[in-house]
Amino acid sequence: MSGLGNITRKEIRELLTPATFVPIILIALIFATMGNSIQGIQKQSQAPPTIGVITEDNSTLGTIASTLLHTHARSVYNSTSAANLQNGLETVKQHNGVAVIIIPQNFTERITQEQPGTFKIYWIMKGAGLMDTISSSAVESLISFINTNISKELIRENTTLNASFVLSPTKRVETTYFKNREFIGLSPNTISGMLSSQSLLIPIVMMMIIIMAGSIVITSMALEKENKTLETLLTLPVKRTSIVTGKIIAAAVIGLLLAIIYMVGMQYYFTGFEVSTGVNLASYGLVLTSVDFIWIGISLFIALIAGLSLCMLLGTFAKNYKSAQTLTFPITMLAMIPMFITMFTDFDTLPLALKIFTFAIPFSHPMMAPRALLFHDYTLVIGGIVYIAIFAIVTISIVVWVFKTDRLLTGTTKFKWMKKMRWRRF
Amino acid sequence: MPAVEVKNLVKKYGSIDAVKGISFSINEGEIFGLIGPNGAGKTTTLRVLSTLLSINGGSVTILGHDLSKHAAEIRKLISYLPEDAGAYKNLSGRAYLQFIANFFDKKEVQAIVQKGIEIADLGVRIDDRVDTYSKGMMRRLLVGRALMTNPKLAILDEPTSGLDVINAQEIRKLVKSTAQAGTTVLLSSHNMLEVEYLCDRISLISEGKIVEEGKPKTLMEKYKARNIEEVFIRTVHE
Repeated sequence: MSGLGNITRKEIRELLTPATFVPIILIALIFATMGNSIQGIQKQSQAPPTIGVITEDNSTLGTIASTLLHTHARSVYNSTSAANLQNGLETVKQHNGVAVIIIPQNFTERITQEQPGTFKIYWIMKGAGLMDTISSSAVESLISFINTNISKELIRENTTLNASFVLSPTKRVETTYFKNREFIGLSPNTISGMLSSQSLLIPIVMMMIIIMAGSIVITSMALEKENKTLETLLTLPVKRTSIVTGKIIAAAVIGLLLAIIYMVGMQYYFTGFEVSTGVNLASYGLVLTSVDFIWIGISLFIALIAGLSLCMLLGTFAKNYKSAQTLTFPITMLAMIPMFITMFTDFDTLPLALKIFTFAIPFSHPMMAPRALLFHDYTLVIGGIVYIAIFAIVTISIVVWVFKTDRLLTGTTKFKWMKKMRWRRF
Repeated sequence: MPAVEVKNLVKKYGSIDAVKGISFSINEGEIFGLIGPNGAGKTTTLRVLSTLLSINGGSVTILGHDLSKHAAEIRKLISYLPEDAGAYKNLSGRAYLQFIANFFDKKEVQAIVQKGIEIADLGVRIDDRVDTYSKGMMRRLLVGRALMTNPKLAILDEPTSGLDVINAQEIRKLVKSTAQAGTTVLLSSHNMLEVEYLCDRISLISEGKIVEEGKPKTLMEKYKARNIEEVFIRTVHE
């Protein structure tokens, strides 16, 4: 074999390891999943929205609007009286619909008098994620389409109305129902936009801390093994629990320092992009109190401890610095998944399986906490804190157990129930 | 009462029997050598006695404590120097010794560190970062670390590994004087001259079993050998 062939073969053999391929395969799987999700969103956006229509105006323009709504949307409730609004909302809700639209009695009359015809839209908002507002965006597009058609009708009739008015003859009066609250004058898109800007910071910061502090812990374990310092450490008069918690606390402190630096930077970043909607969330009771911030802090801290204990457990598998880099990947994924879920959708609107999956990831909880606290959903926040605390305790216990076994040094663990052999645990 | 008493010690790694029921005892203040070829089970035995590995059979008593039940107590009394040990590279030699000393008697920390510095004998380099040390300097630092706490039992795996002749000689003298001061020493070595010079008694281990045990001089007489190397070859390979 030639020198070139010999070297190439040896290099390929060295590079052809799980450490090289597993991260790439996982990344490919994630992109494939994201692609499927986007396809799902596209399908959802193409599907006609489910609505209820109350048509009080039987005149020309009211009829045009009503016909277009029925043609381009899936109407599950029809009525001719606004008095039936509650029934309409119930029916639409049952059909998982998005809104009840009222075309009031004076719709045509107002337009002919050069006053905007009003669509009264009662939105049923299910979640505040970007994906949750797709259906309402479809309805908004439909209203614009109707607006255009009414303009065309006015032009066709050679109207003498003002040209600017003819181009925009309708307006919307909106009320949104979300999490048992009524938001008068706000559309789901406005609410979603405002909530996103409020609750985007924590998920990004949480993800960054977990990735960086987690990497510190895993690398620390790997370096203990690679530099052959672990054996000495384990023969010193110090409890295994102290070694484990010491490493976790140190990484948590570094993680929190990083969090502060990131939060300051990100706060400025978000301020730069902030667009004033002229709506004050506090006037709708959507404001975080100092107690809420304490809950977020607790959730963030315990999630960090839980995450780091998980990293510590992964770190016990690390043999050297290179393998540590591979082991940080699952943690990165676990931090990114809830971040994207929080950004694009709402915990309440997730399918049950995804809900369980999201809840099971400890990092999800501080990411979901700000939005939940805005709507006083303390059950989710406190339940999450209890869950991640239990998760942290169990994981730390497992790590301490691993530290007491041979696994840490030999890479193997014996189980009493697996092998009937005498085994003494220290 | 012997400082160390090992009875029918069995250690397995999965299906591999690393140590197959060995027994030996070490008296207080004695230097005991565990000698054998690579893969014989020396390091495994030393790791077991250092409380690092669990056992699959037999019993080990160290300074009156059952290893299986009182590992934490034993750790206060022993010191272990692994063959290929390292130190924290971002620390200076002094900071490393300080870090280790902090696990022991709080009142004695400075005295322990001072002793470690004297044993390591690195001069001004003691304040340099460990990652700038040569292999020999690193080994001296680690020997200093192992002996500075005045352990009741020092377990030394190849204590002079990586040292040049002069440094190795110094370490041997140090181990000898440490034993004379009352510390029991269990060591393993491939250097037969070292074993002959240092050890009061030795055990020859091969394929997880002890094949011979006794004082170096007695064994040389028994095998009509000129040195321990010949004893080693005859017991292990013949």
